[in-house]
Amino acid sequence: MPPDHQPGFASHSHPHGDASHDHDHDHTHGHGHGHGSETPPDPRGRPLRVGIGGPVGSGKTALVAALCRLLADHVSTVVVTNDIFTTEDAEALRRMAVLPDDRIAPVETGGCPHTAIRDDISANLDAIEQLEQSHPGVELTLLESGGDNLTAIFSRALVDKQIFVIDVAGGDKVPRKGGPGVTVSDLLVINKTDLAPLVRADLGVMDRDAKARRGDLPIAFTSLVEPSGAAVVAEWISILLAEWRGVSAANA
Amino acid sequence: MNATVLLLADGRFPSGGHAHSAGAEAAIGAGDVSDHASLERFVEGRLFTTGVVDAAFAAASAQHCANLAAARFDVLAAEYMARTASARLRQISLSLARQLLRAGARTWPSPLFAACDTATGGRTPQPIAMGVVAAAAGCSAHDAALCELHHLVGAMTSAGVRLLGLDPFEISAIAARLAPTLDALAAQAAASATDDPATLPAGVALLHDVLAEHHATWEVRLFAS
Repeated sequence: MPPDHQPGFASHSHPHGDASHDHDHDHTHGHGHGHGSETPPDPRGRPLRVGIGGPVGSGKTALVAALCRLLADHVSTVVVTNDIFTTEDAEALRRMAVLPDDRIAPVETGGCPHTAIRDDISANLDAIEQLEQSHPGVELTLLESGGDNLTAIFSRALVDKQIFVIDVAGGDKVPRKGGPGVTVSDLLVINKTDLAPLVRADLGVMDRDAKARRGDLPIAFTSLVEPSGAAVVAEWISILLAEWRGVSAANA
Repeated sequence: MNATVLLLADGRFPSGGHAHSAGAEAAIGAGDVSDHASLERFVEGRLFTTGVVDAAFAAASAQHCANLAAARFDVLAAEYMARTASARLRQISLSLARQLLRAGARTWPSPLFAACDTATGGRTPQPIAMGVVAAAAGCSAHDAALCELHHLVGAMTSAGVRLLGLDPFEISAIAARLAPTLDALAAQAAASATDDPATLPAGVALLHDVLAEHHATWEVRLFAS
């Protein structure tokens, strides 16, 4: 693939605009697409649960850390991490001190990260409920999956919305390869746009292929090494939270 | 044998077992299990020690469900915990029980779940949870014991496949060779299901408790236990 992409694509307003646009679209036309959108709101008024999945090394932990930095000051947040081998992601988040330690809980998934978020969600539900119970007033629960392959998807019994994170360095063919994470996640994040020229990835191809797979579902291009790299994702979550609070209030 | 028992015995029943090796990862790390022969000896050893205890308490718990007014899940829980030396294993047992009870309560709704939860204060060990779920599903005390043993074998053997790359067909053959042992131990457990909980089997595998504590400190591990 030719390195024909113009520098600056990533920081262009296009990705941001894309996510916002689709969000407006969602809003105007009701929740018509994306499997997560069909999940009925929970009448108990519990926190909004957002899953963050994607392949190993795509930037899931970095995204969670950035979201905590951007949101945790004004949104009461807890995080559950899933690790394949260790509790490393939870430890990393604790070291970064993005949240108090007791708001981060690790779940060990026995080498099957997709099983723990899709087929057998009991350990994750257990961890989420314990965290939410021990922190009354929590508004947002982030669940970070262990790094997995393109077949991973969160059960709708576990999260209300899900973000799938892939990265430019994994190759610009990934969106075309599809899989449930790419095709039906509520938000597709394409991270490490800063590396595109170095790995000869064509962001235009990724954008085109992702759109072909996802229809109107939003896509966000990010470079999480930049301080505000996750702002577009934080804004997406903020809008969801506002909707979620509205639903909770209506049901209260 | 009926379809409900098969459902409870299925490794795909969503009760959290997939993240656990029942001590096999710790034994592999210690060098005690390294091939098909040593895995088979390890599984057999566990069946006759901790397996006997787990099966007995699963059967007794299912039996207690048959007469809820007289059921003593609290006594069963205390007796089982007294037989589990490792604090880590007690913690894992409570965690697996919560997951099993969650799956069971959604699959086979029953007043048994609330009764057990109230009696143990939400701290139900895994074999007692198995008995409750089995009873809620309409299975016998013998079925509960058999499922308990079956899942114990499955956790250890599948860890051998995942951690050592052992031959999955040979693993199936090992499980098949041990099947008569499981049947015998389940029958024994069912026979003691109405006994005073204090007199139920109290076999231990000391190294299992020690290695479980050690395993919990590993920096890198594939399984939670």
